[in-house]
Amino acid sequence: MTEGLKVLKLKNKFSVERDISGCGLCGIINAKKVKTNGESIKKAISVEHDRGNGLGGGFAVYGNYQNYAELYAFHIMYDNLSAKDNVEEYLKNNFIIEKEESIPTSKTSKIKEHPYLHRYFMKPKPDRQDKLFHDMGDDDFVVQSVMSINEKYDGAYVFSSGKNMGAFKGVGYPEDIADFYELDEVEGYMWTAHNRFPTNTPGWWGGAHPFTLLDWSIVHNGEISSYGINKRYLEMYKYNLSLKTDTEVITYIFDLLVRKHGLPIELATLVLAAPFYQNIDKMDNEKKELLTTLRQIYGSALLNGPFAIVFGYSGGMVAMNDRIKLRPLVAATMGDFTYVASEEAAIRAICPSPDAVWSPKAGEPVIVKFEELVAQKGGLIGL
Amino acid sequence: MITIDANGMHYRDLNRLIREGIERGVKKFFLENVNGQYYIGDGIKGDDIIININGVPGNDLGVFMDGPTIAVSGNAQDNVGNTMNAGKILIKGDAGDVVGYGMRGGRIYILGNAGYRVGIHMKGYNEQLPVIIIGGKVGSFFAEYMAGGVIVLLGLNDADDTAGDYFAAGMHGGVIYLRKKIDFSKYSKEVELYEADDNDMAFLKKYLLEYADDFNISFENITGKPFYKIIPSSTRPYAHLYTSA
Repeated sequence: MTEGLKVLKLKNKFSVERDISGCGLCGIINAKKVKTNGESIKKAISVEHDRGNGLGGGFAVYGNYQNYAELYAFHIMYDNLSAKDNVEEYLKNNFIIEKEESIPTSKTSKIKEHPYLHRYFMKPKPDRQDKLFHDMGDDDFVVQSVMSINEKYDGAYVFSSGKNMGAFKGVGYPEDIADFYELDEVEGYMWTAHNRFPTNTPGWWGGAHPFTLLDWSIVHNGEISSYGINKRYLEMYKYNLSLKTDTEVITYIFDLLVRKHGLPIELATLVLAAPFYQNIDKMDNEKKELLTTLRQIYGSALLNGPFAIVFGYSGGMVAMNDRIKLRPLVAATMGDFTYVASEEAAIRAICPSPDAVWSPKAGEPVIVKFEELVAQKGGLIGL
Repeated sequence: MITIDANGMHYRDLNRLIREGIERGVKKFFLENVNGQYYIGDGIKGDDIIININGVPGNDLGVFMDGPTIAVSGNAQDNVGNTMNAGKILIKGDAGDVVGYGMRGGRIYILGNAGYRVGIHMKGYNEQLPVIIIGGKVGSFFAEYMAGGVIVLLGLNDADDTAGDYFAAGMHGGVIYLRKKIDFSKYSKEVELYEADDNDMAFLKKYLLEYADDFNISFENITGKPFYKIIPSSTRPYAHLYTSA
C-alpha cells in the first residue's frame, strides 16, 4: 500500500452533516435499449467541467453486464488487502460467487491514487445462515449486506450492487474517471454522470456520485437541507446512512417507496418534491385527497432544499428539480434518445440538433421508461 | 471584423481573444461553434462593439457588460446579462433562469421564452434604466425583488401560462408591462395592476420598435392590443417587518 492510499480512508470519520455542491449532471437514455459506449456521456459531462473541481466524478451505466444479467454485480472499493480478505470471507459465506475480478482500469496521468477496485457477480446462497431465523428475499438480503459492509467493515465500501448495471466513480474530473475505468469499452442503454464540487465534505472515493443500491442510482446537484429528518426516517427502516453526504438519502428513499412500499415512480416523485399545500388546495377533490394523503404519510421523506437529480433504475430514468427550481436542469429528445443535463450545451455537444429542448418546471419530473416510450414533457420551454 | 471558431475552446481563451480584438480596434466579432463557454463578453466596454454568437453560449453571458451588443442565434443558458450596466443582448431562441440578475442598465431582448426569476433584483437610478423584453412566456418568481427598470412580457405565443407562480414577489420599484392579461388574483399582494395609458405606450414604443426591428417581426402585431401595467404598492413593503411604525 502506498502512502497516498492511507489518506483515502474509505470509512471516513468526517464530522459533517451535509454537502453543499455546485455540481454538474448528465443523463442519456434510449427507450428502445439501443446501447452507446461511454464516449458520449463523457463528452457531454466534460462540457460541464468547470462546474466541478476534480474532487469527484462518476457514472452509472445500465445494460453493461448482459452476460451476468441475473446476478448481483457488486463493485467494492478496498483501502487495503486485509479489508478485502474480511469482506470476501463474508461474501463466500453468504453468496455464490460466479465470477470475480479486478475492475478494469488504466493508470492515467490524472488518476494516480486509487483504492483496490474489485467486482463480484453473485447471488445469495439459498441455504445461507440467516435463513434459519427469517425468510428474507434476495433483494432485501443484498441491501442488508451492503449496509453491513459499508457500516462495519473498515476500509471497504460497496459502491454498486445492482443487476446488469454498474457505478464507476472516484476522485477526479468525470472525463478522467471515464478514461481511468476505460468506459469507452463499456456499453449501456442508459448512462448518468456527475461532476462534483464538494464544499463541506472532503472528496473521497466513496463520496463521489452516483450513489447506488440494488438497481437504483442517483446523481445529485444541490443540498438536501431536510437530511436530518430523512435520515432519521430511513433509519427506522434499517437503512444505515454511513457515507456522510446528503445524496445517499435519495437513493434509499426511492428504494423504500418503490421497492418496499410498491409506489409507482410517478407517486414517489410527488413524495420527494411534494406540491405546496397552497397548490394542493386548488386541485380537484380526488387529486387533493391523494396528495394530502401522500404528504401526511410520507412527510419525512420530503426533500427540502435546492436540488436537481437524475435517478436511474431498471425501468428507466427520472430527472427532476426541487419545488422552486433552485438548480438548473435541461432536457432534450432526439428519436428514442432522451438527454438531461445541468446545461443545454452538454446535450448539444453530443446531440447538436435535438427534436425538442426544454427546461422542466420546478418539481415536475421528466420520466422516461423503457419500451413504453413515455417522455413526460413538463416543459416550460419547447421549440 | 473577425471570426473566431470557439469549438472546444475554454472560456478564458475565448474572452482573451475578444478582449485582444477590442484593443486592436475590432468592432465586429463572429463567434462560431460556441457551446457552453461561460462569461462571454465579461465586463467589456464600447457602444460600437457587436458580437454575433452561433451556438449556445454558457452561463453569465454579457456579465458586467458596459456598452456592446451581443446577438445569439439560438438559445442561451442561465444568468444572461448578470449585473449588466449598458449595451444590448439579443436572444433569438430561449433564455434560461435568472435573466438580468441585478441588471442596472442596457437592454435584454428575448424572442422566445425565459426561465425562472427573470429580472431578480433588477434596479434603476436616474438615467440608468435597464429594460428586458420577453417574447414568449416565463417561469415562476418573475421580477422577484425588482427594484427598478422595466420588464415587458409579450406572451406572443398566446400560451395559457404566460407566467408562473410568485409573480413579482417582493417587487418594490420599476414597472412591468404585460401584453396579455394574467389572472392577477393569484399574484402578489405587493403590486397593483392597471391598464397601460397613452403615456405608457408612448414610452414603450421606442423599445418595441427596436425589438420588432431586431427580430424582424411586425411591430403592429405586437402592439395591436391593450397593454397592462404592474407597479409596486409600496417602495418599502417591509419597512416595518421588524419594527413598529
